[in-house]
Amino acid sequence: MIDGGYQGKILRVNLTDQSVREEPLREDWAREFIGGRGYGTRMLVEEVDPNVDPLAPENKVIIATGPLDGTTAPSSGRVMVITKGALNGAIASSNAGGYFGPMLKRAGYDMVVIEGVSPTPVYLWINKGRVEFRDASHLWGKLVPESDQLMREETHLQAETMIIGPAGERLSRISGVMFSGHRASGRTGVGAVVGSKNLKGIAVRGTLGVAVADHDAFLEAVRSTRSILAANPVASGGLPTYGSAVLVNIINSTGSLPARNAQEAFFPEAAKISGESLRDHNLVRNEGCADCPLACGRVTEIREGKYKGEHGGGPEYESVWSFGAMCGVSDLDAVVMANFLCDRYGLDTISAGSTVACAMELYEKGYMPKDDAPFALRFGDAEAMVDCVRAMAEQKDDFGKLLAQGSYRVAEYYGHPELSMSAKKQEFPAYDPRGIKGIGLEYATSNRGACHVRGYSIAAEVLAPGLDRLVYEGKAQVTKFLQDLTAALDSAGICLFTTFGLQAADLAQLVAAATGFRIDEKEFLTIGERIWNMEKLFNLKAGFTAKDDTLPPRILHDPIPAGPSKGEVEELDKMLGEYYTLRGWGKDSVPTRARLTDLGIAELA
Amino acid sequence: MRVLVLEPAKCTGCRACMDACSFEKTGVFNPLDARINVTTFHEDLTFVPSVCTQCEIPYCAQVCPTGALVKNAETGRVDFLGEKCIGCKQCVVACPWGSIRLNHVGKEIIKCDHCDGDPACVKVCSPKALTYVEVEDMVASKQAGVAGAYRKIAEEMSRGVNP
Repeated sequence: MIDGGYQGKILRVNLTDQSVREEPLREDWAREFIGGRGYGTRMLVEEVDPNVDPLAPENKVIIATGPLDGTTAPSSGRVMVITKGALNGAIASSNAGGYFGPMLKRAGYDMVVIEGVSPTPVYLWINKGRVEFRDASHLWGKLVPESDQLMREETHLQAETMIIGPAGERLSRISGVMFSGHRASGRTGVGAVVGSKNLKGIAVRGTLGVAVADHDAFLEAVRSTRSILAANPVASGGLPTYGSAVLVNIINSTGSLPARNAQEAFFPEAAKISGESLRDHNLVRNEGCADCPLACGRVTEIREGKYKGEHGGGPEYESVWSFGAMCGVSDLDAVVMANFLCDRYGLDTISAGSTVACAMELYEKGYMPKDDAPFALRFGDAEAMVDCVRAMAEQKDDFGKLLAQGSYRVAEYYGHPELSMSAKKQEFPAYDPRGIKGIGLEYATSNRGACHVRGYSIAAEVLAPGLDRLVYEGKAQVTKFLQDLTAALDSAGICLFTTFGLQAADLAQLVAAATGFRIDEKEFLTIGERIWNMEKLFNLKAGFTAKDDTLPPRILHDPIPAGPSKGEVEELDKMLGEYYTLRGWGKDSVPTRARLTDLGIAELA
Repeated sequence: MRVLVLEPAKCTGCRACMDACSFEKTGVFNPLDARINVTTFHEDLTFVPSVCTQCEIPYCAQVCPTGALVKNAETGRVDFLGEKCIGCKQCVVACPWGSIRLNHVGKEIIKCDHCDGDPACVKVCSPKALTYVEVEDMVASKQAGVAGAYRKIAEEMSRGVNP
């Protein structure tokens, strides 16, 4: 018996025969994996063959909320898209904010499982427990904001939407899924998987409430967690004031801001693309996702120059970096425009910017023949950067089609895969591991490919005093701890950014009060470790090995040429062995039977 | 007398006020049962909160045939006396703000009562788009804000800059 936090129902939709089925939420899985990323992944590993082609009808997409979605728990409106990812074939889950998660719960469902392929483009209209398959042929090819508007006009103006843009329709392997108009589940190519199913999106509306198990305990947990965040300088100072791009100057000052496809790690013009500059030049107002006291979201506009009059949401830190420093571009308006294009077409901004940077290096070094590019690709050329993003978004020519597959496939095509700044084919984000050692371990071991939001060691290595960013000792431990913590909070429906102030015990307190489960700090972390190992087992079956737990040769061998981290390389091996040991894995990156038994998932091996 | 002050320019559209309100009033999170509302304008991402303004001339009370809505001289609030309500919904029609509403099943009249002096919405509004203040302090703070702007203009004029 579950007393609160969940609606207790999962909606299963088969696009091939347009059938719909409701299933009860399994209490044992809710207790073992919470919800969201954990529960959704548990379903996926049960139902999807790890060796299936991600774009085949047999792959499934699970859209999952957690028990905190729809409550006043701080920053608790997160939604997770779980599938076998199109970018690299690894277990994929990609998280977004907005308001879709809470609304899905008000429609009566904790999760939606999408199966099969529709013969023609459709979207789903989930309204108060009823599901309609709606023709989407008039929306196919339309940009995300326009599709969002039309879908809400055709269903209900207060509906919330999940939508793929033209990038997902055209199966770009770096395409994402957009929620509430401009919040992105960007990473791992989840947009292409949805596109392969001919599903334009979902509109959802509901009128049900979300109950919690212990009213008084929940109110107290909300009060205490919100007051901790209110007193935290990052959560209620830096982030609301400057957005996540407040990090540009901070990370650059450590000499760890990858620039020009990570040929450098210090960007002299960083101030021009910083959160401070964004506030001065483009910010209209802050936007908060559901129940978020941080409101790091930016509503922005471009006030002068070539892109004058354009407006939208973002950019956040990683996007500012990928289109800015990574491409050597210091024109903030161009960076903001590239971000708008990605949101409208449904592209992942990290992968898109890093792919442009990779193409620029291939071009400048002569590996990409000049005839292959429709215009000159030079680092620092803001217009070329935006045009590249437009080309990969529209896929009108071979150049755009190639770039839309991400940097690894571009670099491999031209015979230099080492120039893709990625791990497991996924582009790494805005922190150079040579100058912040622990984050490299996270990039190398993250189950979905290079990623910062699965074990955000930057919080410990840079933002809080404690760990020296340039030492290796202690990094394996902090990475494992943060990976486990994040897996659990991703399953609760709460935002990673709450951990700037909240500890595992605070998050466990919220989940326990909402669900009535006996979850303390230790159990919360055990659940996270269980999820991490479950994801790992899927990847092993999909063919990933210890050899894939690595970083681009540039990061491992080429010293940073200048700046505060001059001379540094990333010696990954100094952390990797210790990491495997802490995880209870062999040197071959395979979990031991003993550890899996401890975690209660030996049957998944 | 304290009033709920709404400042749309500070609202981030997170809607925590609606969730907190419904939880306070019904024990369940459901924005359709919230006495406060936030309207999102998707085209330019603006967010506008609205709630009962506790009018001095409450149309809702004027049209109520059973005296279920009464202006309270002591608190300044318009009280809703549920036991007198016959569900005719004339108050919903009369309210110029749409701030008297029907609950999520469409039966029961709901309106803001300031949580009897301790509004739940204010506690979760971190950008302070909602505040609960003495009415004279509200006016004073607005005056101070306007005066600040005038002072800047005066300074610039004294330096010969024409604003």
